[in-house]
Amino acid sequence: MSRLSIITPNLAQTTVERLYKELESRIVASPPGLCPVDMAASFLKLCHSQTCGKCTPCRIGLGQLENLLEDVLEGRATLKTLDLNEKTAQVVADSADCAIGYEAAEMVLRGLKGFREDYIEHITNNRCTFRLDQPVPCVSQCPANVDIPGYIALVNEGRYDDAVKLIRKDNPFVVACAYICEHPCENRCRRNMIDSSVNIRGLKRYAVDHAKEEYVPTLAEPTGKTVAVVGGGPGGLSAAYYLAIMGHKVTVYEQRSQLGGMLRYGIPSYRLPRKKLDDEIKHILSTGIEVHTNVSVGKDITLKELKDKYDSVYISIGAHTDKKIGIEGEDANNVISAVEMLRQIGDGTNPDFKGKKVVVVGGGNVAMDVVRSSVRLGAEKTTCVYRRRKEDMTALVEEIEGAIAEGVELVTLKAPLKIEKDENGNAKALWVQPQIIGKIDKMGRPSPSNASVEPQRIEADIIVISIGQGIESREFEKYGIPVKRGIISALDTGEITNHEGIFAGGDCVTGPATVIRAIAAGKVAAANVDEYLGFHHEIKADVVIPNPKQIDKIPCGRVNMAEREASERKNDFECIEFCMTCEEANQESNRCLRCDKYGFGIFKGGRIDKW
Amino acid sequence: MVNLTIDNIPVSVNEGTTIMKAASSVGIFIPSLCYLEGINEIGACRVCIVEIEGKEKLVASCNTVVEEGMVVYTNSPKVRKSRKTVVELILSQHDCYCATCSRSGNCKLQAIANDLGILALPYEREVVQKHWPADFPLVKNSAKCIKCMRCIQVCDKVQSLNIWDIEGTGSRTRIGISGNRKITEADCSLCGQCITHCPTGALRERDDTARVLDAIADPDIITVVQVAPAVRSAWAEHWGLDREFATPERMVTAIKKLGFDYVFDTNFSADLTIMEEGSEFIERLKDKENHKFPMFTSCCPGWIRFIKTQYPDMVPQLSTAKSPQQMFGAVVKSYFAEKIGIDPHNIFCVSIMPCLAKKHECAIPVMNDACGDPDVDVVLTTRELVRILRADHIAPVELPETPFDSPLGTGTGAAVIFGATGGVMEAALRSAYFLVTGKNPDADAFKEVRGLDGWKESTFDINGIKVRTAIASGLGNTRKLIEAIRRGEVEYDFVEIMTCPGGCAGGGGQPIHDGIELAGDRVDYLYTLDKNNPLRFSHENPDVLAVYKEYFEKPLGHKSHHLLHTDHEAWKLDFIPNPNNKKRYY
Repeated sequence: MSRLSIITPNLAQTTVERLYKELESRIVASPPGLCPVDMAASFLKLCHSQTCGKCTPCRIGLGQLENLLEDVLEGRATLKTLDLNEKTAQVVADSADCAIGYEAAEMVLRGLKGFREDYIEHITNNRCTFRLDQPVPCVSQCPANVDIPGYIALVNEGRYDDAVKLIRKDNPFVVACAYICEHPCENRCRRNMIDSSVNIRGLKRYAVDHAKEEYVPTLAEPTGKTVAVVGGGPGGLSAAYYLAIMGHKVTVYEQRSQLGGMLRYGIPSYRLPRKKLDDEIKHILSTGIEVHTNVSVGKDITLKELKDKYDSVYISIGAHTDKKIGIEGEDANNVISAVEMLRQIGDGTNPDFKGKKVVVVGGGNVAMDVVRSSVRLGAEKTTCVYRRRKEDMTALVEEIEGAIAEGVELVTLKAPLKIEKDENGNAKALWVQPQIIGKIDKMGRPSPSNASVEPQRIEADIIVISIGQGIESREFEKYGIPVKRGIISALDTGEITNHEGIFAGGDCVTGPATVIRAIAAGKVAAANVDEYLGFHHEIKADVVIPNPKQIDKIPCGRVNMAEREASERKNDFECIEFCMTCEEANQESNRCLRCDKYGFGIFKGGRIDKW
Repeated sequence: MVNLTIDNIPVSVNEGTTIMKAASSVGIFIPSLCYLEGINEIGACRVCIVEIEGKEKLVASCNTVVEEGMVVYTNSPKVRKSRKTVVELILSQHDCYCATCSRSGNCKLQAIANDLGILALPYEREVVQKHWPADFPLVKNSAKCIKCMRCIQVCDKVQSLNIWDIEGTGSRTRIGISGNRKITEADCSLCGQCITHCPTGALRERDDTARVLDAIADPDIITVVQVAPAVRSAWAEHWGLDREFATPERMVTAIKKLGFDYVFDTNFSADLTIMEEGSEFIERLKDKENHKFPMFTSCCPGWIRFIKTQYPDMVPQLSTAKSPQQMFGAVVKSYFAEKIGIDPHNIFCVSIMPCLAKKHECAIPVMNDACGDPDVDVVLTTRELVRILRADHIAPVELPETPFDSPLGTGTGAAVIFGATGGVMEAALRSAYFLVTGKNPDADAFKEVRGLDGWKESTFDINGIKVRTAIASGLGNTRKLIEAIRRGEVEYDFVEIMTCPGGCAGGGGQPIHDGIELAGDRVDYLYTLDKNNPLRFSHENPDVLAVYKEYFEKPLGHKSHHLLHTDHEAWKLDFIPNPNNKKRYY
């Protein structure tokens, strides 16, 4: 007689496991705008089916909550239902024996707070306030609303020039984005419901690498109106590009010696080759944009002078100042900021890190740019010090993995304490206080706190601080532009209250964000400056988008981008990423579900031909 | 050319052709429900699904384009099973009390379900009935709505008003009013195009037939009915009668059988409108400095609602002349009442119109100039007329012809074309020419303004006066025209607007023939009636001349100012602007 047996999952169990995975990625692909009450009711039903059935609150309570939510959805509820709902959920949360019950009730409670207005709309008017505004998931997630299904279809047909032309309708930095965009478009790709999201950025990269003819936009009749753009980064140049196409005379004022903003002074060339960036800027300027570099608005020329001289002004100064940690010894000679270091590299003067021990403080994408550059500058050892865990880092996973592969040491759960200096005022070491990860904060991130361990010493020849950037908004504030906690206050249209004709957007309005968000802000500003100047120019591409092919959507793996070997790429600043092959681009573009033509897209919002 | 086979028949069609059209080119009819050519090609209902050999998923034939070498089956076992199940699913959420439905016998869903031989439903019935204000001229029955989206599309693409929109998400997705408004708060023009493009009975006009039959039944009430020009082009379509047989005079016989005391013709007041509006236009031309141009026609109540909500600053440019319907009512309860010596309060004035917005127009509070009561008491659509004729088992095919009653029963050819886009303009130009030159032009001198184009323009020389005219039908075309005027891209003196594409002939109150646009045929018929009428000029209508002689004295005179003109700004149209029409860059 055997006493034990090995547990092997049967078919039903493995099928259910697979269903769980599929449900997970299906939730990832949820389009924005779904009815939150309906979703809460559906989640609750799922939670209820997890109950073991032992305890009253969970077994019966969750079911009754389901009924109450159903009453709300079916228009049978009154405002009193909401009270009963809240009371019941609170009781389940307080009295259930295990997490299956109390966590399900907590979800209901969070919803009752978070979207109470929608609950009330359902009860009083029997309808939902939410709506699907932009039903194509990738387009809706792209801040600039680039026609993604359109250009994927063009790549699929080998029409790379047209693909680039189509993208430029909404985003003039097509090459830069092909290399470095954070691709929020991929987050909710409907393909997740089948397997995983389409490699959208990879396909854009294929298009720009294979496009032949540089598309020259037709300029509208000159309007005689003039616009000054303050800041020659991606946002400012995007606004300038569209305004120039619309026939306005645009002048860009840039405080550095070269254009490009963070694309040049933040993103290292191993991610975005300088030649690519220079060519793209040249193309943008070919629309007739005038440029003044080494001119700092507020110092060399005032905003008032610009306002008087030009019909409209767009402020897109970005976020280029460094933030200090505020620890003892931070003033040491060899403590530099990430902004400073990357700016030097951007202007072609690489600092000498040969044989040095470099310690970098921070866990964001900029910190990764710094550590990976440090490796390439010949540092003997590069250490990244971060106060939380690796999984809490805000940098993209692939950036962290890339850095580790190139030999960067990650030292996590260490909070900087002080910088030890020698008699000459040079930093010798970074002292850190080990941390213990703790409670989850309101934003859902776990907070670290001091561990009961002695401080530790990390030897350093150079310390780079990369804990975020600030905005040089003081000169604008002096003029009267509203500034809150250093950030310029502008409306979602780019307008600034009480300052007619002055617009602002990008990092200086949002705080440090992504390139594509700055580009989108530039596009919005261009449209609204045009309206302000009394025009209604339309930007369109005139590209015929191919009809979808009849292809069965069989599950198929996503083509990921290959990179140069870490041991080789870490020695230079050449591009690390390889383009897809033709075979890969063809297969990957066939994976696109063409949400512009299927589902809601064919009915409404599938294509925005012009703006 | 693309070569493929459909149900084993080789087909060769142009690139870009849909499977549905390719099939129809070889005589294969694929059933469809939501499909409406050029307007709704979204593959929503999935009734038109077909199988492509070698492909796992079925595709909608209405919007899938043919590919070289495709092998298509429209009735494979998989298609058969799926199509029938899809229709069963639609029926499970549809109020199937066909016996009490305005569209029974003329319902696309009913026809498809019958064709598919669906005799029982395997699914639980989930019919959702939503509240709708009962007194609104447009009635929506959510229990009959199949969410085909046609109403949304017609309103967006043809009429540019975006009144209908998706409301709710997920399983509770339904058709509601855009911007979370109620229909009573919306800037709906009441054109009724959503009704005439609905495949089922989910949308219809408010039924006012009972009020009419009650009035007829009351011996103390004199019932007077007027019939609009376009009604005569469509009234007998239900019985499948030729227009040549279904003459206006046969229509009069049918209506008389219902028991009305007087059957008159809106053509009379259309001629009267020309006298007033034509004279007004010439007065404005003489005094160009003090008037903004163009002057707009004012006979279409959907258009009045449109301009009041979309371009309120342009309302002063409307002609102050009342519409023919309202002029008629005012004349009946003044001149006619006096003439036959009865108390106008005892007159019940009915009008039969190809229009939904006329139901609203007769209820405008200031339209009570004759005796204080509404000048027109009830408006019935052409469809309601057909319903009461059917209820009285009147068979038009058996009826003789009877002329309209006198004295408000004579209309000229210029009046009957009011029912066609461009007709008001042409009639006005015929008489304006006379008013300026003192002699008649050739009756067909202005035929350039005819035709179904959505936006037409012509310039005429009347005795050295250059008159720049434009005509639009359909509110989408109207919006384009008005935007162009506002941007200064075009300049006109006189503009005719009709809310419905093709004019009243294509009106929202006309009989419905799913997927077939009959405005063109009806318009042709109206021009035939014009041609065959010995009277081609409004100013020669003897009844009109008599009413001026006996009562109004002259156009734009004191009495006509009181009874035949109106202040379009004397009443308010309460509405909430459509929040979705705001420009969005995100």
